[in-house]
Amino acid sequence: AIFVFAETAEGKYKKAAIEAVSYAKAVADKAGDSVTAIAFNATDPSDVLYKYGATKVLKVNNPALAIFTPDAYAKAIAQLVGDASTVILTHTNDGGTFAPLLAVALDANIVSNVTAAPESVSPFVVERKSYSGKGIMVVQAEGKNVITVLQGSFGVIESAVSGSEETVSVDVQSKLTAENQAAQSAKINLIEAERVVSAGRGMKAPENWGMIEELADVLGAATACSKPCSDIGWRPHSEHVGQTGKAISPDLYIAVGISGAIQHLAGVGTSRVIVVINSDPEAPFFKAADYGVVGDAFQVVPALIQKIKAFKGV
Amino acid sequence: MALRVLIGCKRVIDYAVRVRVKPDKTGVVTDGVKHSMNPFDEIAVEEAVRMREKKIASEVIAISCGPAQSQETIRTALAMGADKGIHVEIPNADMSVFQPIHVAKILAAVAKKEKIDLIIVGKQAIDDDANQTAQMTAALLDWPQATFASKIEKAGDDLAVTREIDGGLEDVKVKIPAVISADLRLNEPRYATLPNIMKAKKKPVQKLSPKDLGVDISSRIKVISVEDPPTRQAGIKVDDVDSLVAKLKEKALI
Repeated sequence: AIFVFAETAEGKYKKAAIEAVSYAKAVADKAGDSVTAIAFNATDPSDVLYKYGATKVLKVNNPALAIFTPDAYAKAIAQLVGDASTVILTHTNDGGTFAPLLAVALDANIVSNVTAAPESVSPFVVERKSYSGKGIMVVQAEGKNVITVLQGSFGVIESAVSGSEETVSVDVQSKLTAENQAAQSAKINLIEAERVVSAGRGMKAPENWGMIEELADVLGAATACSKPCSDIGWRPHSEHVGQTGKAISPDLYIAVGISGAIQHLAGVGTSRVIVVINSDPEAPFFKAADYGVVGDAFQVVPALIQKIKAFKGV
Repeated sequence: MALRVLIGCKRVIDYAVRVRVKPDKTGVVTDGVKHSMNPFDEIAVEEAVRMREKKIASEVIAISCGPAQSQETIRTALAMGADKGIHVEIPNADMSVFQPIHVAKILAAVAKKEKIDLIIVGKQAIDDDANQTAQMTAALLDWPQATFASKIEKAGDDLAVTREIDGGLEDVKVKIPAVISADLRLNEPRYATLPNIMKAKKKPVQKLSPKDLGVDISSRIKVISVEDPPTRQAGIKVDDVDSLVAKLKEKALI
């Protein structure tokens, strides 16, 4: 089988899990194989994964896996996959951290941050992100492979199958002690968000962010910012998107007062639809925007909030 | 006990350079292109040097695996304050099959040879975006690890590390020996001053080959080609907020 790790948060399958299963299904179809998903402490029904192509769900219920530790996660999965040819994960913070350990444990190759379904599965030929998103590298990997999928790059594809679940146990031990997880967390997880409202130095001061948060609220979006804003302390570092910050691919990315330097684009360029609001008609970001509004953010954003509220009837 | 710290520093195309794919797609244009130390590795070097300044570390060794020019990257680390360098030379011809697992094997071998207590490397290199070396090094040595570190403090015999995770921050305790990967917020690297650049020229740099360390760099992975990412086409400028809202409705985004 093609194995896939389905990541959970508080028992619920993350969007990352659904994307990984969708990807595994595409690989399995190409290989004439089926998908077996592995889930730790999931409370969601396995139907969630059958819907995207997993014919088997291996459930591990173990409190020692409730908090992420890379060595324990890698060991647990290594025990379950045996000598499988392919193990697929999403390159989340957790997935990206323990996938290389898993590859070492399995004596497999690791191909991280793949961005598309493979061109062939044996050998595995696939595109992956490189040069901070400024290049696409095509690699060929022979033998066993651990594959991590760049979040948001493949998407979720429904492909319902009838599946079954099995509860299994593993030996778990970690050399790490983790504590105080998610000491600060945003209302909506930026990486998983389908819509993101982001703002830059064009906002002039941190106290002007109220309208950005309100726009995000009416859209059900997460908030983000450009690097300069987190560098000077206007916004928390966890909101920084770009080459050296978080890379995101939401369905809708609204950039307010961000000029669109190449380093910023490297982190958001794979968003499905980009809207740019900027008073400078020459801002480079307009060249990458699906829709651009040339105008003062302090007028455009409140007007946009009103119109969306009117449309939604709130 | 003061720690012996090993830091990885990779030579990459400078982060500010607009990367260009070669016409034959065998890679990217590197001739005449400015190279510098991977920015995340600079942060690793800075952290190790600060540890030495605080007497938490006793010696800081900078290692780089790559072609002859990687020596320049090691000199930068030495100018920032590392004590000595190790250059593991990889011929240019082998670079398309040279993978993070090889670097991890080299780091693990050097760690044993040099009796290293702590390895710090950048969370990823900005050329291959792999995000693998730290983790695989830890796996090979069977050492604990902490990736995406934004704060490292001594806590008794252990290290208290704050990690950047998708939902915020996480605090972990790691026992030494350990491997840590540096994230952007860990520190702001210093610029090397001219006197320190001069001093760095006199610091020792040992040259080794993977073979000297018993590392086989044959690979089951190879890079077939590098292509430009799909470019976004400039869309349309809408006249006002009404037209923008209409477009977003059309695309079912609101």
